Amino acid sequence: MALTARPPSELAGFEWEYVPAPEAREIVKIAPRNGLYIGGRFLAPHSGKHFKTLNPATEEPLAEIAEADAVDVGRAVTAAGDAFRSWSRLEPAKRARYIFRISRLLQERARELAVLETLDGGKPIKESRDVDMPLAAAHFFYYAGWADKLEWAFPNRTPRPLGVAGQVIPWNFPLLMLAWKIAPALAAGNTVVLKPAETTSLSALLFAEICEQADLPPGVVNIVTGAGQTGSLVVSHPEVRKVAFTGSTEVGKLIQRSLAGTGKHLTLELGGKAANIVFEDAPLDQAVEGIVNGIYFNQGHVCCAGSRLLVQESIQEPLLEKLKLRLGTLRLGDPLDKNTDVGAINSRQQLEKIQGLVESGIAEGAEIYQPECRLPERGYWFPPTLFTGVSQSHRIAREEIFGPVLSVLSFRTPEEAVEKANNTPYGLSAGIWTDKGSRILWMTQRMRAGVVWANTYNRFDPSSPFGGYKESGFGREGGLHGLLPYVELN
Amino acid sequence: MPPRVEVRKTYKMYVGGEFVRSESGRSFTAGEDVNVPRGSRKDLRDAIKAARGAFGGWSRRTAMNRGQVLYRAAEMLDGRRSQFVELLGGGRGARREVERAIEAWVWYAGWTDKLAQVSGTVNPVAGPYFNFTLPEPTGVVGLVAPDRPEVLGLVQRLAPALCGGNTVVAIASESRPLAALTLAEVLATSDFPAGVVNVLSGRREELLPWLAGHMDVNAIDAAGCTEEELAAVEKAAADNVKRVVRLSSRDLMSPYAVTALMEMKTVWHPIGV
Repeated sequence: MALTARPPSELAGFEWEYVPAPEAREIVKIAPRNGLYIGGRFLAPHSGKHFKTLNPATEEPLAEIAEADAVDVGRAVTAAGDAFRSWSRLEPAKRARYIFRISRLLQERARELAVLETLDGGKPIKESRDVDMPLAAAHFFYYAGWADKLEWAFPNRTPRPLGVAGQVIPWNFPLLMLAWKIAPALAAGNTVVLKPAETTSLSALLFAEICEQADLPPGVVNIVTGAGQTGSLVVSHPEVRKVAFTGSTEVGKLIQRSLAGTGKHLTLELGGKAANIVFEDAPLDQAVEGIVNGIYFNQGHVCCAGSRLLVQESIQEPLLEKLKLRLGTLRLGDPLDKNTDVGAINSRQQLEKIQGLVESGIAEGAEIYQPECRLPERGYWFPPTLFTGVSQSHRIAREEIFGPVLSVLSFRTPEEAVEKANNTPYGLSAGIWTDKGSRILWMTQRMRAGVVWANTYNRFDPSSPFGGYKESGFGREGGLHGLLPYVELN
Repeated sequence: MPPRVEVRKTYKMYVGGEFVRSESGRSFTAGEDVNVPRGSRKDLRDAIKAARGAFGGWSRRTAMNRGQVLYRAAEMLDGRRSQFVELLGGGRGARREVERAIEAWVWYAGWTDKLAQVSGTVNPVAGPYFNFTLPEPTGVVGLVAPDRPEVLGLVQRLAPALCGGNTVVAIASESRPLAALTLAEVLATSDFPAGVVNVLSGRREELLPWLAGHMDVNAIDAAGCTEEELAAVEKAAADNVKRVVRLSSRDLMSPYAVTALMEMKTVWHPIGV
């Protein structure tokens, strides 16, 4: 890397001038007031209530979103229940064709969706364009193919759909999480009532339009918007047979508790505090990119984010030097700008949570590093941050921050790395950086985590099962294993 | 010849590889005026600690080796067939049940080194990665044994849990605990490392809430629970996101009984020169 030839001190003060390169937002038309998508129609909410959704980068209101109440959720579940009778009996090959259509429409309207996702959620357009949208379309394409091949997936059993699935998704990857939930559910013959996150409803509503465009039979997909209360109505509705939730461990536990004794099927994809482990033989420049991608991707709003960097003591100094240098080159600002690396924090509430945890890190004695970084005056922003001198008992080493904040710890032996990496109630993911293939697999065997990335981080693929151990939840999304939560095996 | 004075057995719980009375000193009677230990919350804690301690070693044994140990359990049970038939009251039904319990050990012994081949996948991701998914044991499993069938009901749940590499804390049926406690004697001579299987007896209402709420238990097979108990277990299980499993009759004697207590781990291994 040519950068390293110059002393870091000189580079730190260097002004990286870029001409603004914003993506045009005209491609997106946002209705000022939005309804609920129930039984194939957009309806005004029974509640009569709406709330505003903001662009977190500017705090400007984008639109009004309907707040579904118990009557609205009841209507959606009834519509899904009615649609289930015909959808579950539809010839599987036809089901597949509808889902393939959805995938194609997502590709056709990818630009529009990417801009909308960035406007509503604050993530860099680079990411919504190159990661979220392609993966969402690919997910539907992958599961479309399963719809008429289910009998090959489960040896000796006949899979049957469960019924109405109630699905609640988070705000970090709004459309992608929708895809992870809806694609396997439909492929297996279920119908769904999905509640997007309060701060990021718009792409789900555009998805509803895409369902119409695909001529998906009414009621197969229903979108009810609202806050936590609406989500709770969805999962607790007695006609919902399957609940799928992605979000915080705290809310996941509430849901698991509330479903006790109901016999409902449940899958949870919850929080994480992943270790990203760098051994002394790792290619350092590559590892630095991986660390950056692990924790600053999507502003760190990633459940599997590599939020604990475990670095072998012998290379701690050079690695941190390179990492700090790299942090200085991250461009924070207008999420619609194609050169932006770090976008806006999704909401004020999340920003305050990040600030609180960062303050605890300072108060508990860890050393903070932030590159020089001008934050825009309006909107919700937090600079890429790393902490050194972190001990395992610090809150910033134990709690999920869900922001661009990295805690650096060190280790001497592989055994110590294993011990520290697993020392958490979570178990979603882990990263391993080493040049040695046998060590990758040795470490992999010992990680109590559902996804292990070696010499890479935050990679996803529709064919690759994803999900946690321990308090990171249960059930898998993606791949053959992602079908299981949506079927009954007779 | 004068009548023989038999040497009677003191029924004990099996914790951490040892046969123990309850630390509480309590017992209760079961069946024909036999005292069995009335396990306490502390006994349960000891058992969970033993199971956690044994997990690393047991789960990292080779699949082949775990199969050998499960097979050894079949051998030991076969050798004690008549004792178990007598315990179950004799007759054809009892003989059949014991025979099927032996078969369960043999069957799952053969699954240890085939499970990953049936339930794992290689995933064709769009990128330069060798991507695969493998089953791994969930961890410490709490098993609430069903009342009937006494021996078979327990073995058909214990064997798949151990087959997958979990360690187990089993709570014997409250009304018919003798089969479970006697089975522990079989397991103690089957090469299971200490702590891999632990068997407690006692009042379910005294043990179940602590098992369900314990933060170092990863999953519960609620086979013997009433609907009411199941709801309570599921509620308490949420404290640490335990998996609560209730196998259907179709799941018994199937690899799905094993994977119900396993996690799937996905690995992205780089491809490059």
